[in-house]
Amino acid sequence: MRRSLEAMALALLFAAASACGGGGDADTGGEVATDEEVGPAVSPDSAATVTGVVNFTGTAPPGEPIDMSEEPTCAEKHPDGATTEQVVAGDGTLGNVFVYVKDGLGSRTFPTSSEPVTLDQDGCVYHPHILAIQTGQDLVVKNSDGILHNINTQPTVNQGFNVSQPVAMETTRTFASPEVMIPVKCDVHGWMEAFIGVQSHPYMAVTSTDGTFRLENLPPGTYTIEAWHQRYGTQTQTVTVAAQGSGEVTFEYSADMAGRPVPMGEPIDLHDHGSDQRVAHAGR
Amino acid sequence: MNWNWLLPEPVSTFGSEIDSIYYLILVITGIIFVLVEVALVVFMVKYRHREGRRAEYSHGSTRLELVWTVVPFVLVMVIAWMSMRVWLEAKVADGHAPADALSIRVAAKQFEWNVTYPGPDERLDTADDFVKTNQLHLPVGRAVRIELTSDDVIHSFFLPEFRVKQDAVPGMTIGVWFEATTAGEYELACAELCGLGHYSMNASVTVHESEAFQSWVSEEGGQTPAVETPAPPDTSAADLEAASTTPPSGEDHSSHQPASDGKERA
Amino acid sequence: MSTVPVEVGHPSVQHWAEPGHRDDRSFLRKYVFATDHKVIGAQFLFMSLFFLLVGGALAMLIRWQLGWPGTPIPGGAILGEAKAPGGIILPEFYNSLVTMHGTFMIFFAIMPLLVGVFGNWLIPLHVGAADMAFPRLNMASFWTAVPAGLIMLSSFFVTGGASAAGWTGYAPLSAVPEYSGVYLGQKLWCISLIVLGFASLMGAVNYITTIVNMRAPGMTWMRLPLPIWSLFITAILVLLAIPVLTGALILLLFDQTIGTTFFLPPDGGQPLMWQHLFWYFGHPEVYILILPAMGIVSEVLSNGSRKPIFGYRFMVYATIAIAFLGWVVWGHHMFQSGMNPYLGATFMTSTMIIAVPSAIKVFNWLGTMYRGNIHFHVPMMNAIAFVAMFVIGGLSGVFMASTPVDIYIHDTYFIVAHIHYVLFGGSLFAIFAGIYYWYPKFFGRLMSPLLGKIHFGLTFVFYNLVFFPMHNLGLDGMMRRIYDPNQYEFLQPLQPVNTLISVSALLLGAAQLIFIFNFVWSLKAGKKAPANPWNANSLEWTLPSPPPHGNFTTMPTVYRGPYEYSAPDRETDFWPQSEPPGTRTGGRREEVHA
Repeated sequence: MRRSLEAMALALLFAAASACGGGGDADTGGEVATDEEVGPAVSPDSAATVTGVVNFTGTAPPGEPIDMSEEPTCAEKHPDGATTEQVVAGDGTLGNVFVYVKDGLGSRTFPTSSEPVTLDQDGCVYHPHILAIQTGQDLVVKNSDGILHNINTQPTVNQGFNVSQPVAMETTRTFASPEVMIPVKCDVHGWMEAFIGVQSHPYMAVTSTDGTFRLENLPPGTYTIEAWHQRYGTQTQTVTVAAQGSGEVTFEYSADMAGRPVPMGEPIDLHDHGSDQRVAHAGR
Repeated sequence: MNWNWLLPEPVSTFGSEIDSIYYLILVITGIIFVLVEVALVVFMVKYRHREGRRAEYSHGSTRLELVWTVVPFVLVMVIAWMSMRVWLEAKVADGHAPADALSIRVAAKQFEWNVTYPGPDERLDTADDFVKTNQLHLPVGRAVRIELTSDDVIHSFFLPEFRVKQDAVPGMTIGVWFEATTAGEYELACAELCGLGHYSMNASVTVHESEAFQSWVSEEGGQTPAVETPAPPDTSAADLEAASTTPPSGEDHSSHQPASDGKERA
Repeated sequence: MSTVPVEVGHPSVQHWAEPGHRDDRSFLRKYVFATDHKVIGAQFLFMSLFFLLVGGALAMLIRWQLGWPGTPIPGGAILGEAKAPGGIILPEFYNSLVTMHGTFMIFFAIMPLLVGVFGNWLIPLHVGAADMAFPRLNMASFWTAVPAGLIMLSSFFVTGGASAAGWTGYAPLSAVPEYSGVYLGQKLWCISLIVLGFASLMGAVNYITTIVNMRAPGMTWMRLPLPIWSLFITAILVLLAIPVLTGALILLLFDQTIGTTFFLPPDGGQPLMWQHLFWYFGHPEVYILILPAMGIVSEVLSNGSRKPIFGYRFMVYATIAIAFLGWVVWGHHMFQSGMNPYLGATFMTSTMIIAVPSAIKVFNWLGTMYRGNIHFHVPMMNAIAFVAMFVIGGLSGVFMASTPVDIYIHDTYFIVAHIHYVLFGGSLFAIFAGIYYWYPKFFGRLMSPLLGKIHFGLTFVFYNLVFFPMHNLGLDGMMRRIYDPNQYEFLQPLQPVNTLISVSALLLGAAQLIFIFNFVWSLKAGKKAPANPWNANSLEWTLPSPPPHGNFTTMPTVYRGPYEYSAPDRETDFWPQSEPPGTRTGGRREEVHA
């Protein structure tokens, strides 16, 4: 009886010791994709290009003024006042549209760029407002304001992070899975907003005010190109490109498209704890 | 920094009443503190071991025990009795806040204070309401009744100089009232751990003279707010989703505010 | 005091230590899976001292940030990018630090030190038993506490880090990972405390049974040394309070994992319910953390003054009153919580009343020293410091008991000052007193009195430099759990005080090295301890240092109370409890202390 008690206690000890194994470092938002052993890069003699423009008809709603008087450090950086950047339109064109290859690349894999992508917090505004990044690529979040910001990403597919930057500093994270789009917010400055589009391939672009975009070095083939806008929703187009050829795609947005639900995966309800499942899936 | 155990100057009507209780306690406990610690030191010196000394073989004194049971009991009961009235007056807004108190709604969230002002008509939930973030503007010499809510976790609405502190609890609307006596600039602090931004959840508090307050209200009331009107509390998740897709009352929203909580954007 | 022995019932089967009886237990059975209460006491001691150091280290990090906000810690890179990039503590990690400092100190340091160590060391010996009523349950208690501690430690190393919702774990911050940024760590916090709760319950059952059933002949209730009374009452508190915490933690764990909403408002949950459940446990918990300390202080003060404890009966009644009243004061932690203010009025009244039995005890301690013959040995110094510091902690409690004053000082550093005056100034000094006092008995060696006095002096000075100014910080409005008070203009002038406190805290931490050195070094190199180095009266001092397995070779008989010092018509100024009556000289006088 005494002997078996001993054995049981020892077993418990070992179980406890081995159960302490789990958990990893919180450094990265997920595993870093290696960029050595992937598919062959697209060779120049077969590379194709897709270019295009995002048109916009109608009157773009003006940006809403942001009251930054609570944060003088940032208010000072906007002497003419700050406005929201949800709709940034040029002359009949639309900016801040995330354009990417949604389908058609097959099972090809692509090397992850070793260049980091920077998201800067400057004047309590995210720069850029829309960001494109590859899985495994370094996202460097910079705090150029020197005051407390927190970078609260709320993906539904990826493992998100919510990290603070109390002083001017840089924080690096990565995303492991493709996702369109990951909202980013700051809880200290509620007006701050950005969106990150993650793909495993590099064929993504964000339009500026002139609405143009360019996807280069594509392998020849037929592609579904999707455009995403936070207010006006998504559209897709198909294009075929030959080796060393080019294709053109045009998206037509209009001001009356506001109100379309923008697909971004399951909406996150902070009060719904069934959705903790996504945390479980992400391997915490 | 005061090393002198005095409190900062109070700027609300019941602030000085609260302070009097504090000073009463300070005097009582101060006297006891000095008596006890001095006695301790005196005993250490006077009754230290010396050659040939023997301690008194005594097991106590029931009479003394009764004395130092009854006296502390009476003292604390006096303090409790005197505290009672001030407490109820300060804390129970319903019935103690004057009927003509100005109503303001304060919604705490990680990590800011969204203050809804009733506008020139001084009634909440009407078309001229407007919202300011992290700015609390108050009239001097007039009672204010705050409806305190929280959007997420427990925060605490702390106005040090006003001697006001009330936890903001999600799922509850709590009435807080006070009347500012001195115009000036103050700070609002969050006094309940609420996450990483807890230390940075300060807001500016401006107490205006009455005309200045009226003009501030009409000035601000004309502008469209730049941040979302917080969703009303005490709603289920479904109601919150519905609320985020209907335009908030009172403003002309030609465009939809981005919900900062990741909900579906329309 | 009656000296006629009274039969109080047969002890259960005893393993009396027989001379010549060969102890053929294996190393594992003797020192690892030990059932000997003395060994288990030592095991708890080593475990708790380790966690005391962990809690202290966390405090050093907290003070670093508050003393020099935003300044990288030398060597801080070891903490990793997620917690302190470039050595700068992040706000979310700071919240973890304050949470885990409180959690480790309360649950894994002070509580096991007082209840696990002194409960185990003292109860069987003071009542005259060979061991606890349930030695194997005793072993299980220790070996349940250890995994609990390991689980708590492990929470630092998981993604998202350790719990950051305060040691009080208020929901919804603690229930929803997105609010706090802590995922697995918060769940581990709950699990660890649930496991630890079982360890505490096992101990409580053992203590109560042993004290009730296994007192030697003549050891009536009113002849029990006061540590035993305290531990007995404490064990009852543990038995009744811990299950409430366990229940609350399970509900919280469910909210965190399986989608319940006990504490989450949108679907009918009540954040305030967490607070009621937690503090219903939490307030008795703080009495669990102070009553055994008070018992130790009574023991040491009487011994050091060479005088009977003043008002033994009243000490017992006061202990019972504190424990009893401790059940109806929990709402004083919730005055500003949104709880009905009328309840605030009732809790204020009960809280004010509970000041009275504590006052009785303080006056009785003073009465013990009055007209005594005070020897300032190291335990005595620590015990006197307890009285001095506990008075401050207790008096500061009166401020917060008054609900209107609490409006201002709730959740400020005034509360932090109060907590630390009762837990450090109180409990920890008592623990030091107890360790210095009983170390010779259980390790068979004397600790160096010189190092003990230096440790005491430095600790006392730096401790007050750290915590006394916190009263003033609180009165100036500085809130708790604040990563960087300079965000607030009205707090900016306080920075020099925070820096002063932090410097003192680092020195306070350094001073503990003297204690660690003394403790470890004396284990091997200390002078061999005689049986009764303090010329004390209770039963353990009649045995060799350390006592053999089974403690007493013959069952002792008790003739008097434990505080018969300086009785007239005796050559010596002490009178052991088990010395037969009619022996005028009794006991060899062994002066040991410097």
